[in-house]
Amino acid sequence: MLCDVCKKKDASVHLTQIIDSKMQTVDLCEECSKAKGVDDPTGFSLVGLLKGLAAAPQEPAARSDEADLAKCPKCGLSIADFKKTGRLGCASCYTVFAEQLEPLLKSMHKGLKHSGKVPHGMREAQDMNELLRKLQQQLQEAIKVENFEKAAFLRDEMKKTRDQMTQNVVG
Amino acid sequence: MTLQEFLSSPAEASKRNGPNHRIVLSSRVRLARNLRNISFPGWAKKNDRLQSLDLVKTAVESLPQMQNAFSASMDDLKMLEKQILVERHLISREHAAKSAGSGVVISKDESICVMINEEDHLRMQAISPGLQIRQVWMTIDEVDSSLEKSLDYAFSSTLGYLTACPTNVGTGIRVSAMLHLPGLVLSEQINQIIQAVNKLGFAVRGLYGEGTEALGNVFQVSNQMTLGESENEIVERLNKVLAQLIEHEENARAALMEKKDRMVLNHIGRAYGILANAHSISSKETMNLLSLMRLGLDLGLFPGVQSFLMDELFIVTQPAHLQKSISEKMTAEERDVMRADMMRDRLNEVRRPQFKSSGQDGTSLDKPSQA
Repeated sequence: MLCDVCKKKDASVHLTQIIDSKMQTVDLCEECSKAKGVDDPTGFSLVGLLKGLAAAPQEPAARSDEADLAKCPKCGLSIADFKKTGRLGCASCYTVFAEQLEPLLKSMHKGLKHSGKVPHGMREAQDMNELLRKLQQQLQEAIKVENFEKAAFLRDEMKKTRDQMTQNVVG
Repeated sequence: MTLQEFLSSPAEASKRNGPNHRIVLSSRVRLARNLRNISFPGWAKKNDRLQSLDLVKTAVESLPQMQNAFSASMDDLKMLEKQILVERHLISREHAAKSAGSGVVISKDESICVMINEEDHLRMQAISPGLQIRQVWMTIDEVDSSLEKSLDYAFSSTLGYLTACPTNVGTGIRVSAMLHLPGLVLSEQINQIIQAVNKLGFAVRGLYGEGTEALGNVFQVSNQMTLGESENEIVERLNKVLAQLIEHEENARAALMEKKDRMVLNHIGRAYGILANAHSISSKETMNLLSLMRLGLDLGLFPGVQSFLMDELFIVTQPAHLQKSISEKMTAEERDVMRADMMRDRLNEVRRPQFKSSGQDGTSLDKPSQA
């Protein structure tokens, strides 16, 4: 197998990385791998390397995909900016770019669901959301078995919970 | 109050002691937090940065833990002062490069330090000497819980605390310990150990964190993943890894003294010889040799020498600390001469290593008390 960069020597370094849930592989000879600084498997090196392969050397940055140019409405950061710096612009970026970030987060972390500390104010909100979900479930079951008395009670409970939540937000 | 007046002297700082201090120099837990409605510092416009600095600084200064704290905007600190904070491991090298729009608040006892507008709006950390990760986590958890009452954190119920870099999202926690591992380096096991630790999801870095080399056989071990695992799970997992590293280091030292004592004694003797007699010496060489002398101290080769002497010399011979005692700016060569002069003077009273032919004088092995 020949090296993907110089296409002359035999490739001895084989890199595999998951980018946007697609598997990408690059095969390099020892010299090119050193020249490209591919000794840190944790870095974004492969992304840069692939970009480097796609665009001819010294040519200004290859035209980015249209999706790369879409901006976060809150702070104006685009995915192209993120690819350059590896840093997001604001809290909203996580929602706006959720789709692009998911595979990245998957490769970096143990899971995709936060299971640690929750700020105090949020804890209540999270608990209440949980409660609402449960009540909603019970309500549907009650309707199914035509227990309308119970359904009415549950509907009132849900209204109470929602009122309390809005109160918490205002207060 | 100036930073010099505020900071404890290197002698005082090096006298601080903790569990397993022979091998674990310090324990640290850092939390990254951001404000919900302001862009992250690296992307924010200057006005936004000034606004977030103001908001966060006020909140941090009013904490009970921050009574009589040192608080400054980065543009009010001189380059030398920032460098001293880096050498004391209170701020990162990245933060030292910041100016207007960033700040730092340090508690009176230097155990809590908050960097404002580093990569995130808040980077708060608690540091203690020796192995006490759990206590350090509780300290910073308390600070964070107080701050969340006055600051509106960027938090998502699925992704947790939102950070500028996706590598920190979730708990935003980095738990780390600074370890002195000369035994594993001399016995050439260190690369193998680093790989094993990496496989468990922990990073091993040099003395000043990310992207720095392991000067003086000092290594920082820290968690890499922050999402999908709770703070307590991360703390306990690191504790387990640290207990093993301590044991490996102790075993390496014991095996070296049993099988290759001449090699170890040669290293320590030469280190003493150079440090006590050099007339010009770089900061890097000093750290590497001091590490060997610290090992000699642990092995009982310097009877009567107080254990914190090497730690103090470790601090005072670094460039900014050395420069601090002299008013005019020095060149690197001038510093090397001054460093050697200071070292000869400080080691004047230290007798050359006392080698005994059989065993050591009852120095017990430093095994972790909590497995």
